[in-house]
Amino acid sequence: MTTTTTTTTSTPPVTPPVVPPVNKADEEEFYTWTGKARGWLLKKLPPEKLLPQDQPSYVASWIYVFGMGAIAALVVIIVSGIVLSFNGPLWWHQSSLGHFVNSTHLWSVELFFVFMVVHLWGKYWMTAWRGGRILTWITGVVAFAVSIVAGFTGYLLQTNFASQWIAFEGKDALNAAGIGAWFNVANLGQIFMWHIVLLPLAVGVVVALHVVLVRMHGVVSPADATMTDSQLRDAPALDAAAGKGN
Amino acid sequence: MHGLALLAAGSEPGIYLGWGPFVIQLGNFVVIVVMLVLFVLALVLPFTKGKTRK
Repeated sequence: MTTTTTTTTSTPPVTPPVVPPVNKADEEEFYTWTGKARGWLLKKLPPEKLLPQDQPSYVASWIYVFGMGAIAALVVIIVSGIVLSFNGPLWWHQSSLGHFVNSTHLWSVELFFVFMVVHLWGKYWMTAWRGGRILTWITGVVAFAVSIVAGFTGYLLQTNFASQWIAFEGKDALNAAGIGAWFNVANLGQIFMWHIVLLPLAVGVVVALHVVLVRMHGVVSPADATMTDSQLRDAPALDAAAGKGN
Repeated sequence: MHGLALLAAGSEPGIYLGWGPFVIQLGNFVVIVVMLVLFVLALVLPFTKGKTRK
């Protein structure tokens, strides 16, 4: 008669390997241009980057508020501008509600430029073009430049002596630059079209692109933050590579 | 006449400040000062506490 004995050996508890989250765009095969475009978008701008739930703690500073402040002012500009364009110059000159909406439009523009300039100063002094963010910087510059042209056409649409004076001061410079035919500051109807169609469209598109680029690259850190700062993107991997743990 | 008065309202020369050869309209000067004050305050004022994560 034989007996069998079983021996049990104590094994250490097995910890499951840490699997990094797999991007859906990496595991799916794309073979059409629409699919490839979707793959590219998912890789560059996954939903968790497009609409993040959290931001690094350094974003909790007033200097990081002014970009969104400028966008909020832009929304008020567009809404009040739509109301003005539906009613026309006589309305905003002669009715009290027209005066109010006209003033709302003017003061939201003032706030837009104030917030945009403080945002520019903040980003300039933290060298915000770092870390592959040069296109974000450039789109910000373009948004600022196009907004100035949009503001200029707004002054031309006051339809008062000031706008007439501004138009006739500006026309010679624009004619000398060779664009007077397409941007004729003495032609109220043409400038109205520039102000309510093409320029707002340009500002909107550039600002939208600017925001998408901020989402893609993440909010820039203060200049004195180091790359091993645990608040920064990819910091755990960098810390692990440097043997610092987390 | 009423309409003309309204049209003329935007043609007031405004107040100008001058230091030697440097001249600036009061409104523009105020906007620049406001931007500088906002910038400094944004750097020194503590930020409000946000929501705590559950």
